[in-house]
Formats: sequence, C-alpha cells, structure tokens
Amino acid sequence: MAKFEPVLLKRIAKDNSDHIDSYIADGGYLGLKKVLKDMAPAQVIDLVKASGLRGRGGAGFPTGLKWTFLPKDHPGPIYLCINADESEPCTFNNRVLMEKDPHQVLEGIILTSYAVGASKTFIYVRYEYGDAYRSMERAVQQAYDKGLLGKNIQGSSFSLEAVMHKGAAAYICGEETGLIESLEGKRAWPRIKPPFPAIEGAFRKPTIVNNIETVSCVKNIIDLGADWFKSIGIPPDPTNPRDAGSYGPKLYCVSGHVNRPGLVELPMGISVRELITEHGGGVWKNRKAKGVIPGGNSMGFMTEAELDTKLDFNGPGKVGCLGLGTGAVTVFDDQTSIVDVLYNICRFFAHESCGQCTPCREGTAWMFKIIDRIRKGHGRIEDLNILEEVGNQIGTMPGTTICGLADGAGWPVKNAIRKYRNEFESYIKNGDKKVRTLNLQMSHH
Amino acid sequence: MSSLKPEIVEKIKSLIPLYPAKQAVTLPALHLVQDQERCVSQQAIVEIAALLELSPAEIHDTMSFYGFFKTESNPLGKCRLWVCRSLACDLRGADDLLNKLITKLDVAPGQTTKDGMFTLEEAECIGACEGAPCVLINDVHSLNVFDADRLIDDIRKKL
Repeated sequence: MAKFEPVLLKRIAKDNSDHIDSYIADGGYLGLKKVLKDMAPAQVIDLVKASGLRGRGGAGFPTGLKWTFLPKDHPGPIYLCINADESEPCTFNNRVLMEKDPHQVLEGIILTSYAVGASKTFIYVRYEYGDAYRSMERAVQQAYDKGLLGKNIQGSSFSLEAVMHKGAAAYICGEETGLIESLEGKRAWPRIKPPFPAIEGAFRKPTIVNNIETVSCVKNIIDLGADWFKSIGIPPDPTNPRDAGSYGPKLYCVSGHVNRPGLVELPMGISVRELITEHGGGVWKNRKAKGVIPGGNSMGFMTEAELDTKLDFNGPGKVGCLGLGTGAVTVFDDQTSIVDVLYNICRFFAHESCGQCTPCREGTAWMFKIIDRIRKGHGRIEDLNILEEVGNQIGTMPGTTICGLADGAGWPVKNAIRKYRNEFESYIKNGDKKVRTLNLQMSHH
Repeated sequence: MSSLKPEIVEKIKSLIPLYPAKQAVTLPALHLVQDQERCVSQQAIVEIAALLELSPAEIHDTMSFYGFFKTESNPLGKCRLWVCRSLACDLRGADDLLNKLITKLDVAPGQTTKDGMFTLEEAECIGACEGAPCVLINDVHSLNVFDADRLIDDIRKKL
C-alpha cells in the first residue's frame, strides 16, 4: 500500500502557514470559489453525505445528515456554531489546526455555512487556546479584507459574518447545547433535547454545531472529492447494523508514557498498538503499557492485551470502551498504579460536572471521594461495587441526566474495575498506599 | 462612581451589534474587564448589566458559573500561572512541577504572591499534552516545563 500522505496537517510545518497569502499560494480558497460559482448548497450537502464524513468531536454523527435536520425553506437566520472548545483531556488536534492552518479551518467554516444556509457563524474557542484564538481572529480579518467573508462573497449572493467568541475554562461548553447556552451569555447548562439545535439552537434559531476537525475535512472533501475521502478508512462492519463506517483521514493525539508524544494524521482505523509503536516511538523507558485511554478520559480503558483494537468509530466498542471519542490515545506504563490513573480521571469529572443534574453532580463527587479513600489506604472491597453501581446509574443511557458528561464519567470507572479488578483488590488489601501529596509548607502560613 | 474605564465601555458597546441578543456580550465583557483589572468587581457587574440591559444578578449568575472570574476580594496577579494536572501531564511529572512552583513562589494553588506578580492555579487539561507537563501563562502555553526556577525567572524578565 502506498504511504499515506497527510492532508489535514499538510501545511502545518511551513513558514507563515497561518497567513492567507501562503494559504492562497498553496491553492487555498479555490474550492470555495468553485463552489460559490458552480454548486448549489444542496449539492454540497449531497457531496458531504456521499463522503461518509462523521463528526470528529466525539459522537461520530454523520455530518451531512446532521445538516439535513435543519427546517426546509426557513426564512432565517440560521447559525453555524463552531465548537472549538476542545476540552476532552489528552486532546489537542483542534488547537494545532487553528494555530498552524487557520485558513484551512476557515474555508471549511465558510463552505459549511454555505451548505447549511448560515448567515452568521460563531467560532467558540476555549479560553485556554489563546494563540489559537488569535490565529483564527487574524484569519477572519484577512478573509474579510480579501472579500472571502462579508457581503456577497466573491460576487455571489452568499453573505456570511464570522464572530470570534471566547470561553471561560469549562469542560461542559464542549457539549453542543452547553456551548450554545454559554454563547448566549448564560450558565453552560446543556438543554433537554429535543428540540435539537438544528430546529431550535442559538438565540432560538436553527443552528448547526460542528467541530474544527470536521469542517477541515469538509474543506478537503470539496477539493479532493467524496470518492477520495471514502477511499480511506474502514467500511461499515457487516455485523453491526448501526455502524455507518469510518472514512477519511483522522488526527490522532498520542500522549502519556511514550517516547514521542505528538499529533499524527493517519487513515481512520489504525490499531492502538501500531499508533504507539510506529508513531509514538513506543512505550518509554523500555517498559510495557499497562493500558491506554483510547479517546479522551470519557472513553474508558484498553488493557495491553486489547491494543490491537482498531481506532475507528466501531472498534473501541468491541472491547467495552464507550467509543472512539476524540481519537486521543494516552498510554500509561506497567509501573503506574491504576488507582492513581482512575483517581485523576474521577477528579476531573467531579471538577467539571456542571451541577445541573443531581445524579451527575453527586455521582461524580462520590466516585471521586471513594477512589480518594481507596487511594489513601482506607478502601474496602465493597467500595468497588459501590463505584460500579454509581457508574451504572448516572448518564443519558440509564436516563438520569440531560447530557453525556455523566456517561463519560462513569465509563472509565466501570471499565477500570472490570478490567483491573485484581489490582484494585490487591491495593485495597495490601497496597503500599504511597500517595503523592502537595507540599503546602509555606513560610508565611 | 463608575468603575469601568471609558475605553472598556466603548469596546463592550461595539460588541453588542455582533450578536442577536445583548446577553451574549456577557462573557466578552467579563473578559475585557478581568484582563485589565485582574478581577470583576461588584460595581463592574452592575455597570456591565446596565450596558447589556440585564439584571446584575444575571451577570453574576453567569460569572460565578465559571470558576474563571475573580471577585475584588481575590484578584489575580499580573501573571496567572495555570499548572495542568490532567492525566497526560500527571503521567509526566505535573505533581513535581506544581510542588516546585509552590516552593518557588511560596503560595498554595489559588493564591497570589505578595508582590502581586503571580497567581498559581491548578488547571484541568489545557490541551497541550504533546508537551507534558505544560502550563498556561495567562492564555499562552508553555510546553515541557521541567525547570520551575527557569520558568519563573523567564516570566519575571518579561513582566
């Protein structure tokens, strides 16, 4: 097989890769100009549907299908919200795209807006991505200056305003209705669905929410075609009637105990083992992996024995993970305590639960208290059952919460206890309980 | 007595036409104020509310949802130093880094140094896991931070 050439990351190492002149010199915005001249919005939607593109933010919903949920012949306005609140732990591909190739992202945003009939796009960037925000802000200004945003873009009847919007460091804003509430200036409390945003979204108007990597794929589907996109990746699993296939290139983040942490673009469906050995430089210090988090904290755990699992939308579920998530793989080596790893993850969700739904607010807090107790050496074997019970009771799947944060909080707990039960039991019975603590002996306190 | 500087008021007003509803300017306004004043005072809340035709309670409600904004009783230092504690950084020495910074700055997480230069904070994943352990200096990433002394000395030179 021919060596895979990156498409989404093709330009990131170039000098001035973020400037519009360099982007245009590389053929940028030609696709947009062609579309504005030759294609109706419905044709763009059909093309994206035909490509099989599924959202890259975590849920994997077919992008073109999502667009068709907008009401037909709506008088407008219709809004496109760009979800650049990339906050799933261990995920950073949106940041690199925005910092290094903001015009690729922006061309994807303009194309998506054209397809869905949006007259305004809100680009919601998490506060922590200051450089990415400023890079996108410059790109938006350069695009206005060149007539690629604003009224009657390139002489067409299509007009689009782009507004940059900054978050304030809250994980829940990555949930699409939490993001909308936050954009509106309220607490980022996710909404009960339906109505879905396509029917009633930002400012009560029909709204599409798409991720940065997703719109970057849209840009390349326009340039290279639906057949190109579909020639990469994994077709639907015939044994899973709900699997729509996993096509196109994917940005995989590799972090944790590897020799070369980083970002790599590969065909969808690489195995975790190949990702770690071939692209992450292998597990560090000549150790073995004890396991990985395959797609952000929410997705659960894969053990060393499960590392041949493919990272497509259908793969991680086969070994009991919640899904592909963001495709961000974090490796922990065989010297790491699973108790410490789970403690870190439970602390994250207890901190980031938005507090709206009681089962999530209380459940994440109690899971953290229990794992903290275990870690400090005061655990009991029955605590493991309590943890599993709490994990099973919180989330949209049991039907106790409005959004999926709690499903993602419970999943790693359930996975860890099922897959590493012996280690938890041994730790509780005779673990060394060497807990790291902060050094808070300050002189003036 | 008004607390918002005239240029901040003008900037807030200029953002209103960008959004279909004035309330959407809440976060941008809070950012503008905190970036300059290092906190958002109760008086500033009242004045933002007046500009956006909202109740001060609505501004306060949104502001307090995000642990991000500081009140006048606990303003930020000139440099807000966020140390990432999430998994990828934890696996590569985030605890060590935080401990060194606590010693070096002589403050606990959440506190500000006596000279008002640094506020030390723990952060959940800041999205720079390829450079773990990493920190944010206000909103700018610094990657592979293994030398706490050098980090602080470099920032001091720039401030």
